[in-house]
Amino acid sequence: MAEWLDPLLILALALNFGALGVSRIRAVVNVVAAQGILLGVLPLFLHGGIGIRGFLLVATTVGLKGFGIPALLLHAMREVEIRHEVNPVIGFMSSLLLGAVGTGLAIVFARTLPLAPEHANTLIVPASLATVWTGFLMLTLRRKAIMQVLGYLLLENGVFIFGLLALEATPFLVEVGVLLDLFTGVFVMGIIIHHISREFSSTSMDRLSELKE
Amino acid sequence: MLYLPIFVPLIAAAAAFFTKSNRVRPWIAVAGAAAHSAIVYRLLAFPAGGADLSALGGWLRLDAPGRIVLGFLSVLFLLCSTYAPGYLAMRPERDNRVFCANILVLSATTTWMVLSYHLGLMWVAMEATTLASAPLIYFNRNQRSIEATWKYLLIGSVGIALALLGSLFLSYAAIKGGVETSLLFDDLTRVASKLSAPWLRAAFVLTLIGYGTKMGLAPMHTWKPDAYGEAPGLVGTLLAGGVTSCAFLAILRVQRVCRAGVEAGFVRDILIFMGLFSMAVAAIFMVRQRDFKRMLAYSSVEHMGILAIGVGVGGPALYGALLHMINNGLTKGVLFLSAGNIHRAYGSKSTDQVSGALKRTPLSAALFLIGFLAITGSPPFGPFVSELTIVAAAFRRGEFVAGGLFLVLLAVVFIGMGGTVLAVVQGEPREDRPPNGFRDHFTTAAPIVVFAALVLLLGLYIPRTLESSLREAAAALDVKR
Repeated sequence: MAEWLDPLLILALALNFGALGVSRIRAVVNVVAAQGILLGVLPLFLHGGIGIRGFLLVATTVGLKGFGIPALLLHAMREVEIRHEVNPVIGFMSSLLLGAVGTGLAIVFARTLPLAPEHANTLIVPASLATVWTGFLMLTLRRKAIMQVLGYLLLENGVFIFGLLALEATPFLVEVGVLLDLFTGVFVMGIIIHHISREFSSTSMDRLSELKE
Repeated sequence: MLYLPIFVPLIAAAAAFFTKSNRVRPWIAVAGAAAHSAIVYRLLAFPAGGADLSALGGWLRLDAPGRIVLGFLSVLFLLCSTYAPGYLAMRPERDNRVFCANILVLSATTTWMVLSYHLGLMWVAMEATTLASAPLIYFNRNQRSIEATWKYLLIGSVGIALALLGSLFLSYAAIKGGVETSLLFDDLTRVASKLSAPWLRAAFVLTLIGYGTKMGLAPMHTWKPDAYGEAPGLVGTLLAGGVTSCAFLAILRVQRVCRAGVEAGFVRDILIFMGLFSMAVAAIFMVRQRDFKRMLAYSSVEHMGILAIGVGVGGPALYGALLHMINNGLTKGVLFLSAGNIHRAYGSKSTDQVSGALKRTPLSAALFLIGFLAITGSPPFGPFVSELTIVAAAFRRGEFVAGGLFLVLLAVVFIGMGGTVLAVVQGEPREDRPPNGFRDHFTTAAPIVVFAALVLLLGLYIPRTLESSLREAAAALDVKR
């Protein structure tokens, strides 16, 4: 099964570019949800069996990252009638270019890291770093509040990928706690987006500029 | 027994949430905080046979540093909650359901955070603390407060995600080092010398960035002036005293593991640099700061820097840093609550509109002035003692540059903060800001007086039990190699 791991991680990397390149917010939500499902099932492809708790974890991750959180975001979009274009700070081509440069650097950098022999030849670390990088790009280069939430989710996905290396050392309770925090976090962010749109009649961050020195 | 201080505030929170009366709810918060304090007092005053209390297979543990932070948090929440009924009575038009419930939830999550002795569980608790505190900032329900809430939540969540990556690096350091270990802090410290050093270094940097974001160390402090500036004074106190102390405890625990594992200079240099940088950034933004609540936020950045320097220097400075955490938190109570009263009396928090506060709200203004003198390290108040301990330890351990810069930056902050504070309290109230009916009242002044009395007490005399607990905690955190 382990031979499927790298192809799936390449797919996850491709989804990073999808998230940077599509112009409709709903499509970005779907891309991030797809990545969530993909990452959720990755533990099944690791060396060795994962046991009953592993299956529970896979089910929770897929349920929350793939369906629960996207549903919250789509609900928030319907509630506040967010305009459906991404409205980027810099263009899609430049975003994709930055994403590509970051991914390339992640692959080069990961080679220099002292990894355990069983992890040295997988794409886990480069995919993790590249996804964290994509999350940061989305957080800084997109104006809409909901896009920043999606950037945060991508960042978290990147951390999740790294977590595959330490899966056996991480207790089940902690994994589930992390996912619940993420879910609650997005839930609270959804509520605040609702209030932002009511107060500012827009969810663009350009309006949120009253507080500065 | 360790579950009680977590669940009792949660039950009180549920009670507050389902209470219909706007006037009764703040009193439920007071009752919840009082019950929490009683439980914490019981835990601290009657330890079970000298050993640390633990539960959940060691995942929850009340160790010596935890006892200091938990005891301090219970005092902070109790005093802040007694301020709540008087404050909320002035805002009868606002529904305080979420506000009162969340104060209690925050008390539960901060307690949970202090008791978490497992690297992963501690992370989950810290993020829960962020989520519990975000709605409190949005109490005023205007554009400015929602902007502040959004920044707080997003920057805090991103920062804490990096702390999660750092925690995973730490557990990978064990895998790469070929050691079987749990993620309990004592176990990690025991095997630290066998952990993979490069991963351990990276783990330290990332967890410092992550928990440093929650603490508000520069340059990750950008949410702080907005959140503290827009939140009610009561919430400012809980954030600047409570949440930051929790994040500080997280850094204390992680640095102990890293110090035991990598060369001593690495952790020391990074912490001292971050500390001095935070003090410098705070000093720059405090000079000519017209918004006196934002000024308090930068003061918080400064004092987080002082804590980082204390931990970086280590040894006797650890004692000073723990004492300073208490002194800073209590003094922030004086400053934020009195600033909140002045804000209310003028309907503004800018020195362009506010002046002559000693004439309009004499007690609050006097307390604000006392708080300013205390926080800038003037004798005979508590922060003077703890800052002196830290700087003396720095010189004794040969950190002359850091110690010298520390003193220079303290002087700059004193001058910068003094300008704003004196502009607020001195002179005559402006005529275009007529009295709006707010006056100092027992309910809104008494908690501040108690905070100020504690700050003065800690400057004159440190009770023997506190002194020995601080020594014990500092010894538990120190790594001798």
